[in-house]
Amino acid sequence: MMQPNTLMLPALLTLLLSAGSAAAKTPPKVSAQQFVDLQQGNSLFAGFRRAHAKGLCVSGEFRSNGELAPYSSASLFKAGVTPFVGRLSIAGNNPTAPDLKAPVRSLALSFSLSRTEQWRLAMNTPPVMAVADPHTFYQQIQAIQAGPEAIQQFFAAHPESSEFRTWAAQYKPSGSFAGETYHSINAFYLINSDGQQQAVRWALMPTVTADTMAFDGDNALQQEISARIAEGPVVFNWVFTLADASDDENNATKAWPASRRQVNAGQIVLTGTAAQLESNCHGINFDPLVLPSGIKATADPILRARSAAYAESYRRRAKEQFQGALEESSHD
Amino acid sequence: MTKPTRFPLSMRLFHWGMAALMLAMLTAGLLMVKSLEPWQLNVLNLHKAFGLLALLLVSLRLVNRLRQQLPALPDSLPAIQKAIARASHYLLYGLMFAMPLSGYAMQYFAGRPVEVFGWFRLPAALEVNIGLYSLFREMHGILALALVALIMLHIAGALHHHVIRKDKVLKSML
Repeated sequence: MMQPNTLMLPALLTLLLSAGSAAAKTPPKVSAQQFVDLQQGNSLFAGFRRAHAKGLCVSGEFRSNGELAPYSSASLFKAGVTPFVGRLSIAGNNPTAPDLKAPVRSLALSFSLSRTEQWRLAMNTPPVMAVADPHTFYQQIQAIQAGPEAIQQFFAAHPESSEFRTWAAQYKPSGSFAGETYHSINAFYLINSDGQQQAVRWALMPTVTADTMAFDGDNALQQEISARIAEGPVVFNWVFTLADASDDENNATKAWPASRRQVNAGQIVLTGTAAQLESNCHGINFDPLVLPSGIKATADPILRARSAAYAESYRRRAKEQFQGALEESSHD
Repeated sequence: MTKPTRFPLSMRLFHWGMAALMLAMLTAGLLMVKSLEPWQLNVLNLHKAFGLLALLLVSLRLVNRLRQQLPALPDSLPAIQKAIARASHYLLYGLMFAMPLSGYAMQYFAGRPVEVFGWFRLPAALEVNIGLYSLFREMHGILALALVALIMLHIAGALHHHVIRKDKVLKSML
């Protein structure tokens, strides 16, 4: 009985490998559910985000200098102050993972401008994606989960990842959430009151450096930023990069030349922190496609995939939380 | 006074117009919650905007229906089947209201203002309520499947009248 199976194994492997290399060209389409299944992995942390599960809530305000107002009619770009709720987090599905092991750090913001105007932003430390579409991104996550060798093979098969790899090779994690640069990665269109459209990317640029880590342990970054903000506000400059006609706003793997015009729209000021389950950021789906008037999504396939994937993650954890709350109240 | 043998034109227009709209909305809804393709965002936004249109249409449709003379079901139809027919129509109307209302409620509690064809926006909660979002999100999904099942029953009923009973019930809506 064993004999035929053993003989078939090499043939099967060859078939799988050839399927794999064909997939590198045109990856099989995956659904939002498959994508979130992969992010969630084998260990389910009920009630938590499927990606960037570990984080803490922050609060603060955007102090706009008015410089971006000619480009976008969004109300927060007029000179003035707009409060926000935000979240600092690390990549991964585990809400108790060690802070310093995560390869990516994030800052998400939610501006509740009015009952009809909301803006959610989800920004990460890398300035570009390694891949240009969600189906290849799925394969990248599979490779990351499979280990260092698989990811090296993946990168070798995907030359579009070169800018990401160059960034990753020189990136030195800061000793603080306050010392990182957080990128929009995807491009968006700003729309001004005349209806003119300008493709932009943005980054939150730190105003402090933190070369050494003063804390250790699994919650080092959370402890550090909580202590830092308790002593005084943490400030970032919100810098927009304006695309030229020759730039591709729909390809998240390619940065635009450094010579492009930049506009500093003002300062993002973090003034408070709170544990995520005890504060209001936990309930927010930081879907970057929730946009106010004056900002529009580009056709970037990665950006366009984010709404459905975020919605699936949000739906799952909301249901778990809702059912948990029901169970708790039935015990009362 | 004799009952008409055919539904009035206004009711036939509402019926077939909304049939097309509901088919498109259910198809879009079931596809867009799965898709990671670039069109997903456009379909999502259209689905929400047309949801408002569907709510307006079903409101007008109900008012119109209450003012019209309806053709009677065939006398030969057993009372139980008449009761089922009546109940299924109440349920269809209920779902035609519940679908857009639950859809809007889930957006409202997720703090996502609904943009209607770029003309205006429907308000959303300033602070998200994840529990109420979940309640209406799950309701919207379950009611969608219930609506699909009820539409199938509705079509099966119409065909049963036309093909098996060979009466005028289906023709009264054409």
